[in-house]
Amino acid sequence: MFASILFIIFSAVLIGAALAMILVKNPVHSALLLVLCFFASAVIWLMLDAEFLGIVLVLVYVGAVMVLFLFVVMMLDINIEEFRRGFARYWPVALAVAGFVVFAMVNLIVVKHLGGVALKAAPELPADYSNTRELGAVLFTRYAYAAQLAAVILLVASVAAIVLTLRRRAGGKPQDIAQQVAVSAKDRVRIVKMASEKRS
Amino acid sequence: MITLTHVLALSAILFSIAIAGVFLNRKNIILLLMCIELMLLAVNFNFIAFSRVLGDINGQVFVFFILTVAAAEAAIGLAILVVLFRERRSINVEDLDTLQG
Repeated sequence: MFASILFIIFSAVLIGAALAMILVKNPVHSALLLVLCFFASAVIWLMLDAEFLGIVLVLVYVGAVMVLFLFVVMMLDINIEEFRRGFARYWPVALAVAGFVVFAMVNLIVVKHLGGVALKAAPELPADYSNTRELGAVLFTRYAYAAQLAAVILLVASVAAIVLTLRRRAGGKPQDIAQQVAVSAKDRVRIVKMASEKRS
Repeated sequence: MITLTHVLALSAILFSIAIAGVFLNRKNIILLLMCIELMLLAVNFNFIAFSRVLGDINGQVFVFFILTVAAAEAAIGLAILVVLFRERRSINVEDLDTLQG
């Protein structure tokens, strides 16, 4: 009963924040509302016993991806009014498409119950169940190759983000590593031989 | 008690809101990217709900990989956006007509 009330509260927060996100004028407000969406989703995931993914959602999405979004939104100097022109023109199409998708999916899920699957109750978990241990046990055995591929994708993404946004300014003082390594002592130090002088 | 029906209905509503967002904010690339993130979140809800009800942890591994790829996508997408803004001083979709498409 308590779980149902919590689920309804956080679902309402989630849907409300998502609706506000697509409707507000300011992109900064949109990004902050999306953060609220992720928080509410993380709570619902915790209630569905996916503790590890709930925490990952908060750490990775709220902590990294949304901060990146906010950074870009605030860095770019965008004219908001320009985007709002013609905003209202397409809302009948948006409403029709979204309404059709909701109707089709809810008909399938709520009315037909996916052919009976949706009525199945979730199995009870043992008291010492650890979601992280279960996930890690599969991730590093059956999906070890996929985990390495994911790591490579993240590496490529970070390299790509740096290479794309790297800007060479005129008058910058970059290091030329090859030149630094190839240098020898005689290029830098000049040894001068001279007779000693008398102190005056 | 939360059943599969509740979570799947929530996920369907969330996905539709994201679709409506793509239609409404079709000029602003940043908001389009955010709507795509919302769609991926809705898909992840389905995976987690089915994983819980069917007692199969593999669905959560999928969510893990979707989160990874979505994070990479957001990073590269935003980097492209920054470069684009430097070149054109605009991120309006209607101004991006260099390819005459």
